[in-house]
Amino acid sequence: MKHETPKATCHVNQNEGLIFEKSSAGKAAWKLPPLDVPEVDASALLGPTERKDLGNMPEVSEIEIIRHFTRLSTWNYAIDLGMYPLGSCTMKYNPRVNEAVARVEGIANGHPYQPEKISQGALQILKTLSECLIEITGMDAITMQPAAGAHGEMTGLLMVRAYHQAQGRPRKKVLIPDSAHGTNPATAAMVDYAVENLKSDSRGMVDIAALEAQMSEDVAALMLTNPNTLGVFEQEIYKIADILHARGGLLYMDGANMNALVGKVRPGDFGVDVMHLNLHKTFSTPHGGGGPGSGPVAVKKKIEPFLPTPVLVTKSDGTLGFEYNRPQSVGRVRAFYGNFGMFVRALAYIQANGPDGLRQTTEDAVLNANYIRKGLEGTYDLPYSTSTMHEVVFSDKLQVKKGVRTMDIAKRLIDYGFHPYTTAFPLIVPGALMIEPTESESKEEMDLFVEAMKSIAEEVEEDPQFVLDAPHSTRVSRLDETAAARKPVLRWKPAV
Amino acid sequence: MRYLPKSPADREAMLKAIGLCSVDELFAPIPAEYRLNRDLKIPRQMAESEIVDYFRQRSRENGEGYTSFLGAGAYSHYRPVIIDSLISRGEFLTAYTPYQAEISQGTLQSIFEFQTMICELTGMEVANASMYDGSTAAAEAVMMAVRLTGRRSVVVARSLHPEYREVLATYATHQGMPLSVVGFGDDGRVNVAELESLITPATACVLIQSPNFFGTIEDVTAIAEITHKHGAMLVVSIAEAVSLGIVEPPREADVIAMEAQSFGVPLGFGGPYCGVIATREKYVRQMPGRLVGQTVDRQGRRGFVLTLATREQHIRREKATSNICTNQALVALMVNIFMAVYGKVGLKELAKQNLAKTAYAAGQFSKHGKVLFAGAPRFNEFVVETSEDPCAINSRLLGHKVIGGFHLKKFYPELGNAALWCCTELTTRSAIDTAVGLIAESERSVRSGKEEADVAEVAG
Repeated sequence: MKHETPKATCHVNQNEGLIFEKSSAGKAAWKLPPLDVPEVDASALLGPTERKDLGNMPEVSEIEIIRHFTRLSTWNYAIDLGMYPLGSCTMKYNPRVNEAVARVEGIANGHPYQPEKISQGALQILKTLSECLIEITGMDAITMQPAAGAHGEMTGLLMVRAYHQAQGRPRKKVLIPDSAHGTNPATAAMVDYAVENLKSDSRGMVDIAALEAQMSEDVAALMLTNPNTLGVFEQEIYKIADILHARGGLLYMDGANMNALVGKVRPGDFGVDVMHLNLHKTFSTPHGGGGPGSGPVAVKKKIEPFLPTPVLVTKSDGTLGFEYNRPQSVGRVRAFYGNFGMFVRALAYIQANGPDGLRQTTEDAVLNANYIRKGLEGTYDLPYSTSTMHEVVFSDKLQVKKGVRTMDIAKRLIDYGFHPYTTAFPLIVPGALMIEPTESESKEEMDLFVEAMKSIAEEVEEDPQFVLDAPHSTRVSRLDETAAARKPVLRWKPAV
Repeated sequence: MRYLPKSPADREAMLKAIGLCSVDELFAPIPAEYRLNRDLKIPRQMAESEIVDYFRQRSRENGEGYTSFLGAGAYSHYRPVIIDSLISRGEFLTAYTPYQAEISQGTLQSIFEFQTMICELTGMEVANASMYDGSTAAAEAVMMAVRLTGRRSVVVARSLHPEYREVLATYATHQGMPLSVVGFGDDGRVNVAELESLITPATACVLIQSPNFFGTIEDVTAIAEITHKHGAMLVVSIAEAVSLGIVEPPREADVIAMEAQSFGVPLGFGGPYCGVIATREKYVRQMPGRLVGQTVDRQGRRGFVLTLATREQHIRREKATSNICTNQALVALMVNIFMAVYGKVGLKELAKQNLAKTAYAAGQFSKHGKVLFAGAPRFNEFVVETSEDPCAINSRLLGHKVIGGFHLKKFYPELGNAALWCCTELTTRSAIDTAVGLIAESERSVRSGKEEADVAEVAG
């Protein structure tokens, strides 16, 4: 490394092959208790459906499995190791008490079909979390069933469609700003709505005149992320809601960035009709390398009849239970009741914070993003100077002159001990550097980050090739993604 | 607030650096009339000890300490301790989606191994990095078949998990995908003659489950033959993954949509679980969800990356194969560790124990109640028909701290007083004997009640 950095050092990590490469016949990491019932003859019971061979499944011992996955783990970056400023993906601290309470016996091992009478604990968790989320969003009702944000979007749009259908016709299209997450248009297509692009104005907000012109009786809803993917709060949100509502349309809010609003403002109060939340983003559930998520959808009263089945209710005897008979419901979007384990964690997070903690959390998240903006303004191009909420988007315009792009800067940032920011998104900023520190970063960590980004900018001027070749400190250097896609190798096969 | 790493002095200094006097100025973009000028009405801030107490209390109200005979899409198997030790490592637990391959090789290699083992077990050529769960995986697999065949209608087995059928119905509503349902015969398996009559030139696929909702193993070969004869695809849902240790996988299927919860994932009141889709290599470009592929770095060293992303929403937007983004990666890691622990031999032995417990239980139950669908092989579930309503029997069982079988009336009224019972390697002989004893008692009292009534009738 050219530069000594205050945060990162070289660190030995071990080589490790694939689990299959450690396998040999006769090794085992399992032991079953003796059978307390008579042995059976599988071939007599199953006949031709008996399986004889399990192919290349591995045979390894317990210590090898422990070392295998521990070694693999050391090749990952994680929020536990440091700042993870992946804009819009929102990587905040995942509290460990969440993990502890999710593993309490009756919570971890509850069967989804056990009688309601002995499920009151789980149902109480569901109810308390639902009430908290309704209060936080300012909405009237909620479904916890969707398994992730995109699944929540689908559920939300299904309800939008059902609502319009109940008014006479489902309408034809959904308006989506050009700054939207890719899931928004993909979701609209799944619910058979045509997607119409809505452009942003020079401040990075919805172009009100364009919205006015595009709004018609054919528009079912506007899918709006607020604050949007530029980290900008839609200041004319009341006009947006009015324009939609005047023509019978609905305002759908993608709540991916709700962490910028909790305790400060409620979407239900500014005209939102339907919105989803991402529990891992705002409510600290772990993302574990890509999931699980959880995408509750909160709605206004008029949308409530269309919620997926079942719906949690308090019965006449005061106990909690599920109601299945909902004639106007959009149906079921997932088996059972949703990613319950994530509800437990989200509720524990809300309890650990309380109203004062959640508000302080939001304030710190916005403060951190603005601190970084201030620190990097001038060093990197800031395409929109509108006020920043929880994330800030720069561009690589100044560095491109030296042939260095956002992805190259991101790769070099790894050498300084940071996870990269989000690259090349939102699409309305060519060469975007989308930075979201979250509230979990101390001033010291952010000072190191700003210093690292400035140092890279200097390197771009002095030795752009060095940045283009980054990362220099990782186990593997840049990987050939083109080759991976051209001739996909998606599984291991034994050498012949 | 204990999760926030800043002192008041830090905040002051930061505000000053930005050139602001107060935090409120940061929120100036929000129109004043919408700003919340009160505390949220949510529980007050609690100490860690209070939070732990709260959830322990909820746990006690939640079936703690019961022995259960419930399966029906969520199975209770032993979870090796090392699963939680390993997934609790912060490097796995607190990593995001592996977009930056150079610092995500741990997650990426683990997914590559997961994909490989799912292929080995299902007999398919490719598997994805996971889907939300078995129900949405089945719906997405059907939509994949619709895209591949250019046909739109779908035949679904009535013996598919009823909630999976409901999810498919929701997904299909606005895709213009007409669904028809094929019933089951006396052996609990898909009625093949009826299936043949339902398949038309517009049929994109047939969706079945094996072992099916009743625990019965379908005749996949026969169903595949009929399906393929008409140019349709066969999608097979597998809800009980442990069955793959001893039951031949549906190799004739074109797409397999699986729920891997049985492999080391806690019941957790229904989620998070781990869906997976596996298929033939030639169909991979229509597959939804993330895929990890092997490649090399600039020095030629082996490494792994997310690949074939042009199928996905962040690139293709409204033309993507699905809107799925987040999947179940950490749960897939649990599954991966479980598969490594049991491996080639252990999985078979584990499945065999499930088979033995179930054979014993079904044998005992059949002495008193009627075990339905005896004509076909089964894995670890079976349907028991009783004279008395299963609800009444189950509430007596609860008194013995036993949760009885899943009452089928809600989904299959035609089966009358029937319940679906499940035994795994964790079910003890004594629990089986307790349940059988209560059923025997119930049958005896119904019979003697009937005799008394007959006697009364004769006397009258």
